[in-house]
Amino acid sequence: MACKFCGPKLSLCGLVLSVWGIIQLTLMGVFYYIRAVALLEDLPLESESDEPHTLDRFITTVEAGYTQNAYNCWIAALLYVITLVVSGHQFWMNNRSSVSM
Amino acid sequence: MGSLFRSEEMTLCQLFLQSEAAYACVSELGELGLVQFRDLNPDVNAFQRKFVNEVRRCDEMERKLRYLEKEIRRDGIPMLEIPGECPEAPQPREMIDLEATFEKLENELREVNQNAEALKRNYLELTELKHILRKTQVFFDEHEGGASTTESMTRALISDDPNRHMGHVQLGLRDKQESLEFLPCFVAGVILRERIPAFERMLWRACRGNVFLRQAEIDSPLEDPSSSDQVYKSVFIIFFQGDQLKTRVKKICEGFRATLYPCPEAPADRREMAMGVMTRIEDLNTVLGQTQDHRHRVLVAAAKNIKNWFVKVRKIKAIYHTLNLFNLDVTQKCLIAECWVPALDLETIQLALRRGTERSGSSVPPILNRMETLEDPPTYNRTNKFTSAFQNLIYAYGVATYREVNPAPYTIITFPFLFAVMFGDLGHGAIMAVFGFWMCYKEKPLQAKRIDSEIWHIFFGGRYIILLMGLFSMYTGLIYNDIFSKSLNIFGSSWRNNYNASTLASNRLLQLNPDSDDYLQYPYPFGIDPVWQLAEANKIIFMNAYKMKISIIIGVFHMLFGVCLSLWNHIYFKRRTSIYVEFVPQIVFLTLLFFYMVLLMFIKWTTYGSTPGHFGSQEPEIVKTSAFCAPSILITFINMMLFKTDENTRPQCDDVMYSGQMALQKLFVIVALLCVPIMLFGKPYFIMMEQKQRARQGHQPVEGAAENGTAGGAPVPAGGHHDEEITEVFIHQGIHTIEYVLGSVSHTASYLRLWALSLAHAQLAEVAWNMLLRKGLMSTDFQGGIFLYIVFAGWAAISVSILVLMEGLSAFLHTLRLHWVEFQSKFYAGEGYLFQPFSFEIILDSAGQAEE
Repeated sequence: MACKFCGPKLSLCGLVLSVWGIIQLTLMGVFYYIRAVALLEDLPLESESDEPHTLDRFITTVEAGYTQNAYNCWIAALLYVITLVVSGHQFWMNNRSSVSM
Repeated sequence: MGSLFRSEEMTLCQLFLQSEAAYACVSELGELGLVQFRDLNPDVNAFQRKFVNEVRRCDEMERKLRYLEKEIRRDGIPMLEIPGECPEAPQPREMIDLEATFEKLENELREVNQNAEALKRNYLELTELKHILRKTQVFFDEHEGGASTTESMTRALISDDPNRHMGHVQLGLRDKQESLEFLPCFVAGVILRERIPAFERMLWRACRGNVFLRQAEIDSPLEDPSSSDQVYKSVFIIFFQGDQLKTRVKKICEGFRATLYPCPEAPADRREMAMGVMTRIEDLNTVLGQTQDHRHRVLVAAAKNIKNWFVKVRKIKAIYHTLNLFNLDVTQKCLIAECWVPALDLETIQLALRRGTERSGSSVPPILNRMETLEDPPTYNRTNKFTSAFQNLIYAYGVATYREVNPAPYTIITFPFLFAVMFGDLGHGAIMAVFGFWMCYKEKPLQAKRIDSEIWHIFFGGRYIILLMGLFSMYTGLIYNDIFSKSLNIFGSSWRNNYNASTLASNRLLQLNPDSDDYLQYPYPFGIDPVWQLAEANKIIFMNAYKMKISIIIGVFHMLFGVCLSLWNHIYFKRRTSIYVEFVPQIVFLTLLFFYMVLLMFIKWTTYGSTPGHFGSQEPEIVKTSAFCAPSILITFINMMLFKTDENTRPQCDDVMYSGQMALQKLFVIVALLCVPIMLFGKPYFIMMEQKQRARQGHQPVEGAAENGTAGGAPVPAGGHHDEEITEVFIHQGIHTIEYVLGSVSHTASYLRLWALSLAHAQLAEVAWNMLLRKGLMSTDFQGGIFLYIVFAGWAAISVSILVLMEGLSAFLHTLRLHWVEFQSKFYAGEGYLFQPFSFEIILDSAGQAEE
């Protein structure tokens, strides 16, 4: 199990970043899922200009974007969970080695 | 009780200590840390003082301890922290024991080190010799079998086979080569590897090519005994003929610091010598090991106690240093000290003195005598770990004059609040608060860690400020409805969209009119309505109007509060005239002009707006109170100052906000302007009157004059205004008045920085979100998740480094300025000096820090 590849600072940085990432990205995922209006500006709406504007089409793209972004946020959060585990393990290794020294 | 409102009342005391008891008493006072001793012989230099000998002995002991510590550090032995509490200052007689112990330890260690060095040098020589014998073996083997000298030599010089077996060697010193007639003379030695090329060239030139140099590198590095560095060396051997060349070669070797070793020619001799060298190296190794063991044992024993010893020696030194400040009585029986003491702590100090006397076994109790003095006492504010950070912010500007109102208790609230107005963002505030909370929660372990970085010390020292700033920023962030530039719709927006689908489809921008059903006519319950986040066109305009007004309102209240605090100063220092001719006109001036402007803002907010049930009505009564008729506060205020009225460009609206506004405003301005001459001439006039009256009565200035009287135990400053030139008073007052009058204008404007920084922060946060995080949210498939993962890390780094750290620092500095300049200039003189008690804790802390 002795595979230490991060220093104490990097692992701490990863730890803090992943905790933050998990909290924020999970919440953002939830907000996207419940279609929060505040996040409307942050949606992938590429086919806005060239296609004829119909309200229904617009609504379907927006709905799809919301769902897609919600999943993407949760995927990113999941990746941060992995980061958390890895950097947590590294942090623990660093701490243990410094104690034993 | 010790309150933060004013500094403590201080008394100057005279302390008579019996010579025998003095040491113990001072030691007790040092533990207490509540007494500041004054130097009673300032004209005596350090070497003429009474206890200079003891101080010198302590210095010597400290030097020895530092030497020990250095040795312990070199060996990497952990030094034990002092278990439990600090040891008390030892008795003077214990000093001799300590000295003896340190002396013994130091000598032992020095001896061991010397021995070790000698042994190491010996070891080095032997190792080098061993290498020489091994490397040169090859040449001699060649010579013995060779037919002609030159041929064999050439062969020897060309071939380099290290795997030859060793020949016989004879141990001993022999410089002359007498036995081998077919061989030229030679010398062998060792030289630093990097010197080889120069050495070779030198030999060639000096001996005109008549010598042969062979060299071979020693693979393993050797330890230099004096510096204990690892150095690489090479073995060389030089062949030559004739005595003249020999001296020359030897000179060159000397010049290049090469060590020459005797090397016997006979193979048997060489073999024997090599054997001898090997055995001696082995012997030396055991001896060296034992020496190291001994050194280690000594150091481990010392490491257990070294911190303890440091504390003891430093305490003794501090005590003698303090005793040096004392005066010797004529009879030589007692020492006289003068000290500043907080009046409330006299009892504790008496108690400590009694304890000291008991400990020293003296029968005569020390005498603590209050003294009357004309000097200004030092300023002492009792702080704890929470308030000290805020107190230090104040002290950084200037130490409060003795017994002056201390701004620190208000700063505890206003500082984080004004900071938060500029830093208002729920997300960034939360990051800051979490960091601050972590530092407060882990306070003890972090303190024990003693992290040695200046930036860390700044953060850790201000941990409570950071925590409060973070919490307050979260609050203002909720008010601004900003979390990483996004809004939270907690209670449900009060705005509705009433446009139909076709209008929505054909317009890029649409307006929601508050004077219609678009607005539900009741506001969002807490803070800014979240709908404003989507109002790209006029969000900034709306927020600017709101934040500017808020800044001015906060600023005017902050300044008014500052002026009010000056009243407490005037009352306390019994400056009656100052109340009438300074405080009253000042507050009238500020109230009539700037507080009135604040009132106008509230009138505007409450009077103008939509009337439910009469949307879009053209009735004159309703139009007059509609947003259309709302006047600009800034224009109104400028017109008020210039006694000017603008033409009414909106005929359906009223000219004024309330009836009688024009007349009232004129009155306000005139009264406010009348305050200026009162501020300017009032005080000098009273002083002049007073002087005249005294001259008429024809007696010397007496204490108790209204201008100069001081409260309670506070001493009277040595010369007051009486002897000052009256012109100086005028000039002083003139500067003061101009500063205040111009200041209230510029300071009010200065509070607009609250708005400016808040705007900058909000915009930066939005840019960070739009430029970075949004890029991660723009993909239509599941790879976006991975992309978002990467982008989020970048966005988080930018958020922390720029938005929290840099923006936080800039907001902090602006808050500091608002407190130092805008707030404190209204009442705070800051002309005192700090109470620096004699305390072991402080001395040991600073000594410990200087050491690291």
